[in-house]
Amino acid sequence: MKKTLPPLIFLFVLLILWQAGAMGLDAAYILPSPIQILQKLWELRQPLLTVHLPATMNITLIGLLISVVLGLFLAILMDLSEMAERSLYPIIIASQTIPTTAIAPLFVLWFGYGIWSKILVTILMTFFPITITVYDGFKSTKREMEELLISFGASKKDIFIKLKLPAALPAFFSAIKMAVPLSIIGAAIGEWLGAQKGLGYFSRRMMTQLDGAGVFAPIVLLSVVAMIIVAIINVLEKILVRWRKEL
Amino acid sequence: MLTFEHVTFQYAEDPAPIISDLSFHVTPESFVSIIGASGCGKTTIFRLINKLLPIESGRILVSGQDISQMKSDVGYMPQKDLLFPWRTIEKNLWLPMELKKLSKKEMARRSAAILEEIGLSDYKDKYPKDLSGGMRQRISFARTLLTDADLMLLDEPFSALDSLTKMSMQEWLLGEWERHHKTILFITHDVEEAIFLSDTIFVIKEKPITALEMIKVPLPYPRNRQQLKDPRILDLKESLISQLKAQVMLS
Repeated sequence: MKKTLPPLIFLFVLLILWQAGAMGLDAAYILPSPIQILQKLWELRQPLLTVHLPATMNITLIGLLISVVLGLFLAILMDLSEMAERSLYPIIIASQTIPTTAIAPLFVLWFGYGIWSKILVTILMTFFPITITVYDGFKSTKREMEELLISFGASKKDIFIKLKLPAALPAFFSAIKMAVPLSIIGAAIGEWLGAQKGLGYFSRRMMTQLDGAGVFAPIVLLSVVAMIIVAIINVLEKILVRWRKEL
Repeated sequence: MLTFEHVTFQYAEDPAPIISDLSFHVTPESFVSIIGASGCGKTTIFRLINKLLPIESGRILVSGQDISQMKSDVGYMPQKDLLFPWRTIEKNLWLPMELKKLSKKEMARRSAAILEEIGLSDYKDKYPKDLSGGMRQRISFARTLLTDADLMLLDEPFSALDSLTKMSMQEWLLGEWERHHKTILFITHDVEEAIFLSDTIFVIKEKPITALEMIKVPLPYPRNRQQLKDPRILDLKESLISQLKAQVMLS
């Protein structure tokens, strides 16, 4: 209770300030109050929860899954081969200098209005933190532990499986925790560009109707979902990487 | 057991070799300590035997075989215990055996036997964080024993322990050595530790290392702390400390 009380009080104070500011401004199309947003969420719960949230989650999860596979593949490849690292690392960094919102319309041209253009935006935003964080996890393996395994006669493959993979688990969990909110943002941006359903699409439609609370309602829903997923990952991390501080 | 024949080694960033034309021999089932000032090259000798560094010239033989022609066949125990925190104590002990592709049944049998021997059977399913420094070092030593190597390289294994634990670990190590008939090469800069444990002490007196001064410790086994009060041993201790002090002054 002692640990959760201060953040709860802080959050409550923020919401009070927001509520007061919105009431003072009295222009819900610019800044809706938290109460107005909650009311909107309740009013729209049916379409938001049964149509738009599943659509966004579909894109998020497929995009995240592909990013995890791609990120791990690139991280492993760069760790195993110095040549791969020298060739790929600059390209991976360069990929993050591309303004996603600027290039995303091209994805629509290439892949149409189906889910793949949105998944591509999600991947572009998500694979980077996974690749770099996991790669750094591999690289930060203790040299002495590697040498100990070599003295036991371990091959490169043994060192990777018995040392690097488990040692990089904390980095993997950090990467996933970073990637989850990014994948949700990616999916929402993709939907902004053109879709028939999804929370990003819904938020944009509300904007054209100058419905401030309607714009915020799906965003609040996305934030709550992201927090729930990250909380689940935190629990998994605590179970699987109890030794994190020992490394 | 272990032979250095005219071994030379130089770190790439150094202007001169740290080891030059070094030859020495360690007999089987002996307990040999190497002492010398910090940075004199003690650990480099171990890294050469472990093939973690490539020798420039000369040969290193273990049980008569050139190490460059064979797979690693030495047990190495580093200064830190280096137990893998994600593995239980039992699974840490399995590590060298897993690399030798032993069956699970055999690994379980051998790890249970060694845990029994070192008095830590109750800790089989615990993680390294649940153990004290002394217990962790005992597990680290047991893991080294399970490599099945006849030559064991122990690199200042007790240097991080408090003095009481260190003394009890030294006595325990002597018991283990007498039981297992291994050849132990032990790095330390604690002169008393070297005298108490070893039958032979190699002193590194210069840099680059061109020779090791061999000193036989005039004490029988089994040993006890009282023997360290023998006037001959006190003289030996004084002489070794003076030599180390001189080295430190020179460097």
